[in-house]
Amino acid sequence: MNIPNTAGTSLLEAIEPRLRFMAETLREVARRPSALVGGMMITVILLVSLAFPLIYPVDPLEQELMARLTPPAWQDGGSADHLLGTDNLGRDVLSRLLYGSRVSLLVGFAAVLVAAIAGIFLGLFSGYYGGKLDSLIMRVADIFMAYPFMLLTISVIAVLGSSIFNLILVLGLSDWVTYARTIRGSVLSLKEKEFVEASRAIGTSHRVIIFRHILPNVISPLLVLGTLRVANIIIWESGLSFLGMGVPPPMPTWGRMLAEGRLYITDAWWLVTLPGLAIMLTILSINLLGDGLRDALDPRLRNI
Amino acid sequence: MNIMLQFLFKRLWHTVFVIIGISMISFFFIHLSGDPVMLMLPGDASTQEIDTLREQLGFNQPLHRQYLRFAGQALRGKFGNSLYYKVPAMELILERLPASLELAMAAMLIALLVAVPIGIVSAVRRGSFVDMGSMLGALFGLSMPHFWLGIMMILLFSVKLGWLPTSGRGTLAHLVMPSVALGMSLMAMFARLTRSVMLEVLSLDYIRTARSKGLKEPVVIYKHALKNALIPLVTVAGMQFGFLLGGTVIIETVFAWPGVGRLVVQAIFNRDYPLVQATVLVLSVIFVAINFLTDMLYMYLDPQINYFEDK
Repeated sequence: MNIPNTAGTSLLEAIEPRLRFMAETLREVARRPSALVGGMMITVILLVSLAFPLIYPVDPLEQELMARLTPPAWQDGGSADHLLGTDNLGRDVLSRLLYGSRVSLLVGFAAVLVAAIAGIFLGLFSGYYGGKLDSLIMRVADIFMAYPFMLLTISVIAVLGSSIFNLILVLGLSDWVTYARTIRGSVLSLKEKEFVEASRAIGTSHRVIIFRHILPNVISPLLVLGTLRVANIIIWESGLSFLGMGVPPPMPTWGRMLAEGRLYITDAWWLVTLPGLAIMLTILSINLLGDGLRDALDPRLRNI
Repeated sequence: MNIMLQFLFKRLWHTVFVIIGISMISFFFIHLSGDPVMLMLPGDASTQEIDTLREQLGFNQPLHRQYLRFAGQALRGKFGNSLYYKVPAMELILERLPASLELAMAAMLIALLVAVPIGIVSAVRRGSFVDMGSMLGALFGLSMPHFWLGIMMILLFSVKLGWLPTSGRGTLAHLVMPSVALGMSLMAMFARLTRSVMLEVLSLDYIRTARSKGLKEPVVIYKHALKNALIPLVTVAGMQFGFLLGGTVIIETVFAWPGVGRLVVQAIFNRDYPLVQATVLVLSVIFVAINFLTDMLYMYLDPQINYFEDK
């Protein structure tokens, strides 16, 4: 892939090769069954999580104490009113799962965005300018890598208090290192390439070189990494929620549903099984998509 | 040898630097949140009580002085008393640490013992049903939150079948479920890693040479290929051990395993901040030390690496 020199060409001419590259990439991605299946699954999950109030308008907080611990509809004692049964307070499990999906997906994608933006800037500057700045950023990265991640997030959340905003911020800011390192590595090799040397020779500013010429070239590994990290963040979010440090009640979350359901494990299998299945399906589809993207976009990353 | 020594010192200095950094973060972090004295005392404490405790803990001194004092004591293994248990925090940690290490090591062992053979077979019989089945299994293993897997195992093996105890520590039966749950994602990761590394190694020239010499296939695979494939595996396993220790935080809660993870979760809920600080520091030091040892082992296993290459 070559980045054209935009000086003296029209905008369309400048963009055209990049558009063609994107189309080719998309075709390459679509050729991988895992990317296709994962992509479709996560699209369905996202659509459902956005649109479900239209299809299944059930209040996730309404308690029906007479119908406590109703099993799913297909089991003896189940009822069509509650397709996936009710919990210990008689709340509808399906509705709670659907609302929980919003928390997990929002936190997962938003935290990755925070981490990626922080990591992109630090990685680009670190790799491009090198020297003292580079050593400083990389040493800080080492410290972050060595800090027990779970403890870091737990203790920050314990002090700051848990809100959806804090969760996104904390999970995002603890995860910038991987992005910064990946980008830095790519930048180090890119900056020796001729097109960078050429732009510098004709007097292009560092800022333009970094953002117009180098950044587009490191997007592919970043996309793969970001996709796979969404899965990790969602697992962490549900773990924090399970420990009682996730998004606070009354908002239903998958992790807290598991923690509450655990107390009824002998009587109500669905309370501990279904939220976990929801997490697993979501993670599975993201991992499938991520694996497919990796194979399609960046053969070098295949071993990770 | 000189270069190796130089590398060793560089890494050692690096390690010390990281530990100082971590101690600073965990020290200053609690101050960012406001007055730690207010966190430690009940809400209805009198002004006099607050002042007394502040004096006692040295919080009326400038911040850098406080940090130096903290670091000096930490070097001697003193982190102050746990506010909740009223005994030295270090004592509590040392008491609980063996349980967590036992759990993490068991998880690592199970993961390696299952994953490496699976990875080898998948690589050797690439594209076969065994390969596809195990890689699909690995994908599921990576997609499952470990605490949920733990709960599912409790549901099946304890509640339904009654084979294994749900919680506590003591016998081998107690160790089975927590360690499998903790090690599952690692197992999946190792299986994928072993497979891809083996595939890469098996395509190298020296393997072709070995085959063309007429060596038997098992000798080629287990003696020639596996030896080199193990190098990245060792590195990753070393690095992951620290993450395993972090993962114990949740799994110990699920199985009421009396380790450091459960201790620190409770300490956070109790706002027992000397204990939290001490645990974070101890776990980080272990993590960094293991990474250091992994690097040394790597150096020993692969004499070809360039020690001064910027990673």
